[in-house]
Amino acid sequence: MSETALNTLQQRSFFLRNPSVLVFLAILSLLTLGATLMSEAFGIGLLSTSFIKTLGKTLCLCLIAIAMDLVWGYCGILSLGHFAFFGLGGYMIGMWLMYERTKDIVVESLAGQALPPTPEEIRDAIGTQIFGVVGGSEIPAIWYFADSLAVQLAFVVLVPGVLALGFGWLAFRSRVTGVYLSILTQAMTLALSLYLFQNDSGLRGNNGLSGLQNIPGLTLVPQAVISVWFLWASALALGLGYLLAAWVVSGKFGNVIRGIRDDEPRVRFLGYPVETYKLFIFTLTAVIAGIAGALYYPQAGIINPAELAPIASIFLAVWVAIGGRGRLYGAVIGAALVSLLSSAFTGGQVPDIPLGFATIQWVDWWTVLLGFGFVLVTLFAPQGIGGLVDQLVRKGDR
Amino acid sequence: MRLLILCLLSASIFLTIRQPVALANDLQPVLQENASVIERPSRQTAGIAIEALFASGAAGVTHFLAQWRDKQVWRTKEDGIFYFGPDARGDIELVDIDTGESAGTVSSRDLVQVKPNSGVRAVIDAALVRFQLSDPDPTVRAVALDTLERSADASQLIPLRASIQEETDPDLRSRKERLEGLLIISYGQSAEERIAAMERFKGDTGIDVRAAINPLLATRLEVAKSLPGDKNVARTLVPGRDIDLDVAYAMLVDADFAPAPVTRADRNAALVSHAADGRIGAILLETLNTEAARDAAYQSLAETGKVPPTVGAEERGSLLANHVFYEVYAEPDRAVTAAAVGTLNSINRAVDLNQLADLALDALSLASIYFLAAIGLAITFGVMGVINMAHGEFIMMGAYTGYVVQQFISNYTVSILVALPLAFAVTFAAGVLLERLVIRHLMHRPLETLLATFGVSIALQQLAKNIFGTQARPLTAPEWLDGSLAFNDIVSISYIRIAIFVLAVIFFLLLLFILKRTRLGLEVRAVTQNPSMASSMGINPDRINMLTFGLGSGIAGIAGVAIGLFAQVTSELGANYIVQSFMTVVVGGVGNIWGTLAGAGMIGSLQKIIEWFNPSNTLAAQTYMIMFVIIFIQFRPKGIIALKGRAAGD
Repeated sequence: MSETALNTLQQRSFFLRNPSVLVFLAILSLLTLGATLMSEAFGIGLLSTSFIKTLGKTLCLCLIAIAMDLVWGYCGILSLGHFAFFGLGGYMIGMWLMYERTKDIVVESLAGQALPPTPEEIRDAIGTQIFGVVGGSEIPAIWYFADSLAVQLAFVVLVPGVLALGFGWLAFRSRVTGVYLSILTQAMTLALSLYLFQNDSGLRGNNGLSGLQNIPGLTLVPQAVISVWFLWASALALGLGYLLAAWVVSGKFGNVIRGIRDDEPRVRFLGYPVETYKLFIFTLTAVIAGIAGALYYPQAGIINPAELAPIASIFLAVWVAIGGRGRLYGAVIGAALVSLLSSAFTGGQVPDIPLGFATIQWVDWWTVLLGFGFVLVTLFAPQGIGGLVDQLVRKGDR
Repeated sequence: MRLLILCLLSASIFLTIRQPVALANDLQPVLQENASVIERPSRQTAGIAIEALFASGAAGVTHFLAQWRDKQVWRTKEDGIFYFGPDARGDIELVDIDTGESAGTVSSRDLVQVKPNSGVRAVIDAALVRFQLSDPDPTVRAVALDTLERSADASQLIPLRASIQEETDPDLRSRKERLEGLLIISYGQSAEERIAAMERFKGDTGIDVRAAINPLLATRLEVAKSLPGDKNVARTLVPGRDIDLDVAYAMLVDADFAPAPVTRADRNAALVSHAADGRIGAILLETLNTEAARDAAYQSLAETGKVPPTVGAEERGSLLANHVFYEVYAEPDRAVTAAAVGTLNSINRAVDLNQLADLALDALSLASIYFLAAIGLAITFGVMGVINMAHGEFIMMGAYTGYVVQQFISNYTVSILVALPLAFAVTFAAGVLLERLVIRHLMHRPLETLLATFGVSIALQQLAKNIFGTQARPLTAPEWLDGSLAFNDIVSISYIRIAIFVLAVIFFLLLLFILKRTRLGLEVRAVTQNPSMASSMGINPDRINMLTFGLGSGIAGIAGVAIGLFAQVTSELGANYIVQSFMTVVVGGVGNIWGTLAGAGMIGSLQKIIEWFNPSNTLAAQTYMIMFVIIFIQFRPKGIIALKGRAAGD
């Protein structure tokens, strides 16, 4: 048999062995297509632009949920820091968006002068425009490459990747496991968000980066169109991410990391370099998280250090737990369901319940419901919604 | 009859004798001379009037000044005579200023009350101080000294010196001598006297000493062609190293030693004003889109003489090099400034040492807070291997318990004494409930316990927000905890923090006692080390787990009351301490209260030390501390005090 034929067979067998991947991709494509056809820009206008953006953002959250599922559900590392990588990805793309956008505005406003603006003048004006809010006008050194889309895109991958590599190397090397590791990742997230909160961090302190929905060079394209483009990009990223994750967990590699999850010392005794495996998964998922963040924040329009607070990463774990960890589709279901429900409940789209003596206002009570609901899920459905789906499928088989 | 005549005679003699003496010594005429000022004084005029009163040598000036300050002086509308009278309405009983005898009762409608404003009263006070320094009543002397210490000037040195001789109270005497020294430093006659006074204050950490010495060392930046020999130069500055080049050049321009530089804005304005038809001479305006092109265009203009020439980098450099920049002391005497520097250096050394002591106290206080917040977490983590993410919310619950108790008991001392056990009871119950309902069912699944308790945590936090609102609630400390224990101007600690420290020590000893000396402690330690073995020895691990969890949660409630005393009680109170508590447990090592003590001490002092290096930025301090903890874990993954051998488990 020739090598190509073997590869084809293996590829086919990958999909054959994982029919759920095809199902997922089909549903994702249908959803994207449907949303496009119902959008204001390319279809009948049934879905508002802000809803398209919500959809796109939800897809990005599903992507980071897949990353979380890989690292926690398959490899057993309960990381409470993946939203930090998500935020870092957002910051990296946000720097380019904000810099170039400000540059456009500055060049336009300086065009009226008697003398054509010099590069120094433009740079000074950008500095004042962006950093005036934190009492500075100097452009910090970390913004050196902010005018280059290619470099900032590379940073989207590199910055979370290198941080995860460094942190993971330190943590796994000294055999920090279990809840210790969770606490440590939480500490890392807290440290990062506290650092970003400082005005002299070079990323505008608690103001964060804003105006990210305006894409430089595309000022003439309406937001309705851009939102659909971002929906496509998010769907593509989610599809590729799902495919990658499914491929990673399907082969021998997947067996090893599941082995690490279930009994780490035994896998080590069998001769596998456990730390290397864990480090690889940790870094890979950090990179996926960074990409998801880079797609999310241009749709959200603003990023600030509060997004990186430890609570966000814990909510990520909650999504995956509710969806059902150890199943990629479970993570997607959990993230989509909980984040959409959250925005519905806190956005006032669910009617308040009058009790006669008091009214249950969901803005106030949704978090209480979610918290206790989550406890119930952990107690009575430890496998999450995915577990219920599995039970149904198994019953159907019988 | 003879007697009567004698009386009349003697009275008339007395009157005739008294009359001329009284005329020379009476206050009323002097008052009349300054009547307009005394009736409507301002800060400036009051001082002049007071000096005039003293200069007249009239008797009873100080008494008059005191009455004047207390608004107890009246002036008749009819003839403008000043009288003493109470600060009241209605009928005023007037007293003659010179004789001190009653001058009848007059309606306040026929009088004008002399009411100096607060500024004038301060001037009067200052004038009175020098007399009060020798007052027989020590409290008056103490008050006078207080006033003097706040606002001393040169004129007070002599009366102060005079009052020291007759001072009997040793405390007041030493205060007076100290103040005399300080006044000599600032206003002393001879340099020797001032230097000697400064020598006396070597190593003194008082703020007042530094306030007296620092003005002597105030400097002014000057520039000259060569260093002047007649001035008291503090140091010379090298441009580019000690002083910014642009600032230095601006000083040269101000002193007319150098031509004014052409700034970018000047250059651009000159270019624009010489532009015509989109070009300057032969140069198109569109090409001026770099700094170099603009410089060249300006240069070409300068060559034609239309604009002032620029100062080249070389010329600028030589101008800067040919002048000397130096700081000169306001105080002209070199010996005095040298002594001041010497004294200030020794003071700064003492201040540093004291700050170190203050830092140690702060660290101790922070450590005791972290200990209280973390010990409950450490116990439950040690015994059951689960992390209780809702621990922070138990702390919050304790603080709110304290707040609710204060709504019912208004006596703060009693309410705190009630709140402490009640907070323990409430959070103990909450902890037992959480253990029974949730944690028991998630045994041996620590990560899921972590997440489930997190669910409880966010629900409780939001519940507190719904019940108590988002605004901060006060938990007021009893009055006897107000203020702080000050050792000197630098080392001090508030009584609340001392109380928290005491509380932490009590709970440390109590826990030590429970764990080492009671049956429960024995069983807890057994379950910590080996649950199955403990179980086979007849210990019920289920019961122990429940009790331990309740105990840990109960202490969290106590910590909540303690923290609430100095922090604002909000629903996020616990969340603010939870990560530090985790750090404390992780660094200290689990299952051992000595470990938690070590962890709390380390985290607390570390945070304070980092804050000391970078006092303006507590956010950065926390960032660095967390980074340190991450690195620390590399070297001691099980914490400072790790269980060894079989007890360590896996």
